[in-house]
Amino acid sequence: MNARIPSGTRDVLPEERAELRRIEAALLGVFGQFGYGEISTPTVEYQETLQRAGATATPVSYRVLGEPGEELALRSDMTVPIARVASSRYRDAEMPLRFCYVAPAYRAVTPHRGQPREFLQAGIELIGAEVTSGCAETLTVLCQALETAGLSDFYVGVGDAALYPSLLSSCGVDQASSEAVLRELGDRDYVGIDRELRTLGLSAGQIDLLSQVPRMRGGEVLNEPLDPALDSAIGSIRELVGSLEPTVNRRMIPDLGRFPRMGYYSGLVFEVYDPMLGEPIASGGYYADLLGRFGMPTGGVGFAIDVDLLHAALAGEERGETGR
Amino acid sequence: MNNFGLTIAVPRGALLGGSLDALDRASIDTSEIRSNDRKLLFADIGVVTMRPSDVPTYVEAGAADVGITGKDVLMENPERQIFELADLGFGECQMVVASEEGPDKAAAALARLGVMRIATKYPRIAAEYFEQSGRQAEMVTVNGSVELAPLTGLADAIVDLTATGITLQENGLVVREEIATVTARLVANRVAHRLKAAAIEEFASLIGDSANAQAPQA
Repeated sequence: MNARIPSGTRDVLPEERAELRRIEAALLGVFGQFGYGEISTPTVEYQETLQRAGATATPVSYRVLGEPGEELALRSDMTVPIARVASSRYRDAEMPLRFCYVAPAYRAVTPHRGQPREFLQAGIELIGAEVTSGCAETLTVLCQALETAGLSDFYVGVGDAALYPSLLSSCGVDQASSEAVLRELGDRDYVGIDRELRTLGLSAGQIDLLSQVPRMRGGEVLNEPLDPALDSAIGSIRELVGSLEPTVNRRMIPDLGRFPRMGYYSGLVFEVYDPMLGEPIASGGYYADLLGRFGMPTGGVGFAIDVDLLHAALAGEERGETGR
Repeated sequence: MNNFGLTIAVPRGALLGGSLDALDRASIDTSEIRSNDRKLLFADIGVVTMRPSDVPTYVEAGAADVGITGKDVLMENPERQIFELADLGFGECQMVVASEEGPDKAAAALARLGVMRIATKYPRIAAEYFEQSGRQAEMVTVNGSVELAPLTGLADAIVDLTATGITLQENGLVVREEIATVTARLVANRVAHRLKAAAIEEFASLIGDSANAQAPQA
């Protein structure tokens, strides 16, 4: 009988490994051109270290028994380990810092859904840069890396995790009352959003605005005349998209309703969509507080590409079908 | 393919009629679906038909851009990463707790044994409901004819959907508690929601995006 491997893991054999290697080389080549230095960190870390990212971060799913008394865990992404490295080894270095990686990460899966537990990520972290220019650089690297890997038909959704909370607060809704509607927004459940908005004692005009904003996405959004409160709330998205080179700008899809349900992202957030696949192939954003949790009070921005999904999208584009 | 360029997952069964009426409002010709209940893929009009419980699976994977299914299916599968765009209003049913007429055997079991056995096709909805009300309940998952379970002693009560209550009544069951009102919902794939935004918004408004007009139910 064959010895089995855990569901959600797999062996990569030479034919596929060679294709993945070409993709990794293309991505790392672009990261290097922009001055990002490749780093590796341990696969296992102290659980306490990974959990410093906070309760809302991607949960640490696999705990490992180390020496007696040691609580170890597998990383769920590379952003937290890099925040640890930056804060312990580069605290007094000149900013900004530029790191890149290709490394596996681990997450819990629902059984029988074909989800990987171990997945290969390639990405960058830019630490200590100014928000708009840092996000613009990150998006430039992202688009150029995907293009160099051979992907042609992709788009980047750009949202702002702070947008909807600030709109709610400008309508006089306090943080505690905002929670329920933000939970529905994180799920992008429009029925739930509308139901929760009705419980907040808002005016009809405010409900209308707060109900429409999550539906607003696509390039036209930034050119339409907008409600003044909304107009100021989308300032950061407008400034970022406006600062991008045309080759990068043309791929942007402003997405005003994007609200990452989990994670340390506090400002601008990105997600890459390709018509070949039903799920995003990369995501990232700006985090203001993560490094502060490691005693380094500065912000950072980065993205992670799911290399296997990128590979699937490339294979789909090669076949020239819509993949669905 | 339809004018919207969208692949639409349409549920067979109780929600089929209302779903086809909705597609008619979007000027999609549904006559072939109405006349053929074995064919599954209608490529000319961009429609795939399937069990309601499979709609989230197809939409999540992007095999369909949008789909119509019951809120009961969405409540039972909360981990599916799909967007719920609108309450379509039709297909209204109640999710209820029901048991045999006469003294409530489920209440008696809870009082004497500290736990009741509940037969259902919706183990997550049922388990969460009893948990929220602090009652110990053991789920017995069945795939059909849930009404049989209390009659044969398999369970003390059932959690199931009922539209008219006739099936319950004919099997000597009475509604003890109402858990939720469910209706048909329009759902979308999260990538299509961004890449085909204009088409999805137009489709949603034509088939009756009643979310802003009337109070949604659940």
